Amino acid sequence: MAKVVVAPVAEMPPGSRRRIQTETRAIAVFNVGGEFFAINDRCPHGGGSLSCGVLTGLVESDGPGRYRYSRKGEILRCPWHAWEFDLRTGRSVCDPARMKVRQWPARVEPGAALAAETFPVSVEDDYVVVEA
Amino acid sequence: MHPLTGAVDCDLHPDLPPVAALLPYLEGHWADAMVERGIESLETASYPPNVPLAARPDRRPLLGTGVAGLAGATLDAWGLSAGILNPLLGVHLVFNQDMAVALARALNEWIAREWLDRDARLRASIVVPLQSVPDAVEEIERRAADPRFVQVLVPAMWEVPYGRRSLWPVWEAAARHRLPVGIHAGSAYRHPPTSLGWPSYYAEDYAAQSLGFQSQVGSLITEGVFQQIPDLTVVLIESGVTWLPSYLWRLAKFWRGVRSEVPWLAESPAAVARRHIRLTTAPFDAPEDADTVGRLMDQLGSEEMLLFASDWPHWQWDGAAPPLPAGIPPALAAKLTRANPRSTYPRLAAEVPA
Repeated sequence: MAKVVVAPVAEMPPGSRRRIQTETRAIAVFNVGGEFFAINDRCPHGGGSLSCGVLTGLVESDGPGRYRYSRKGEILRCPWHAWEFDLRTGRSVCDPARMKVRQWPARVEPGAALAAETFPVSVEDDYVVVEA
Repeated sequence: MHPLTGAVDCDLHPDLPPVAALLPYLEGHWADAMVERGIESLETASYPPNVPLAARPDRRPLLGTGVAGLAGATLDAWGLSAGILNPLLGVHLVFNQDMAVALARALNEWIAREWLDRDARLRASIVVPLQSVPDAVEEIERRAADPRFVQVLVPAMWEVPYGRRSLWPVWEAAARHRLPVGIHAGSAYRHPPTSLGWPSYYAEDYAAQSLGFQSQVGSLITEGVFQQIPDLTVVLIESGVTWLPSYLWRLAKFWRGVRSEVPWLAESPAAVARRHIRLTTAPFDAPEDADTVGRLMDQLGSEEMLLFASDWPHWQWDGAAPPLPAGIPPALAAKLTRANPRSTYPRLAAEVPA
């Protein structure tokens, strides 16, 4: 897997997202409360662009009329058919056993470590990096 | 052995009693009030007596002949082990709650005395006055003491969808006594039988019944009735069968997109339906073609859901005995006619040898 520099961390604050295009695929990158997640930008159900989806929370229930809301911002809703995907696992909420979007490792690396790459980086800054 | 030998017929219709026949079973005030008010019959527009569907011409002479006529033409003629009576009297049409309660009680007593007492193979559904939920629960509690009552009976179209929480006490009482809730074609006519307004013709009304059944299935599943009452079984009677797979596909499709609206529904509506919904086979609504039926069974995705029924005396089929879906293998025929009715109606299994 190649290392892809997405953006300087300062340009991707919590709640922001980026769509990047490598030679072979499009990837959606999200900053959720300081954690970075990268998934295929193509919904495994119908092909919608997940980087255009709504980030919401997980609604669960232990019986009719009872709502348990957690993990705000960690569930991505596809803009086409509104299927939900868990950013931490890639799995769909409605059919987790059979429907999953591919994930890619995303993290923050110092510019100094990326200096040998072919991207123009400043060694003083940190960057969001995806292994894809 | 004929495939119907030992079968359980899950939809037999006894004669509809004129109100005069119920008078001995009505409490004093109501017995006199019915006479004084001139209420002589409770027939509904769902089954006008002269509509062809109401009875095949060769069966019309048997109408009004009571247990002997029905048992001779069905249980005896086809070698059945048991049959479940679903009386379609228009108790659900009545707006006066107290009158509805009195009529339901009298009708159930009439069924017990005039039908069940006279043929040990007969079972019956409990007609409940949904007009008053506490009284409907009380009627279930009263009749549940008699093991010959095996089901609770309600019409396909009522005042509100059946998933609504106001009705849950009725479904809970049914499940508590191991009584499936049988939803039978018919309407209380609180609303037009189509969502577009009133149809002009009987064919429209009858065909639209399956839309009412669809909406009830959607309501029961999305409102979470089967999460709330895990032991509940719902039987769709005279609903037609073949619309169900495509409706479930549609419901499941939309559920995937709006799952968070009904988070208690943590699995596909189709999976819930396969566990909790059953359907009788008359009418089946498919051509007499084995390939078509085979595909429909694949789409249904379960061999447990179908229950044999004749819908006697309604004119759903021709010939001497009610047909099973075309081309089904003998093992599946045995399930439809014997195993599935017994597992669906646990109170029946306890009384009728397999």
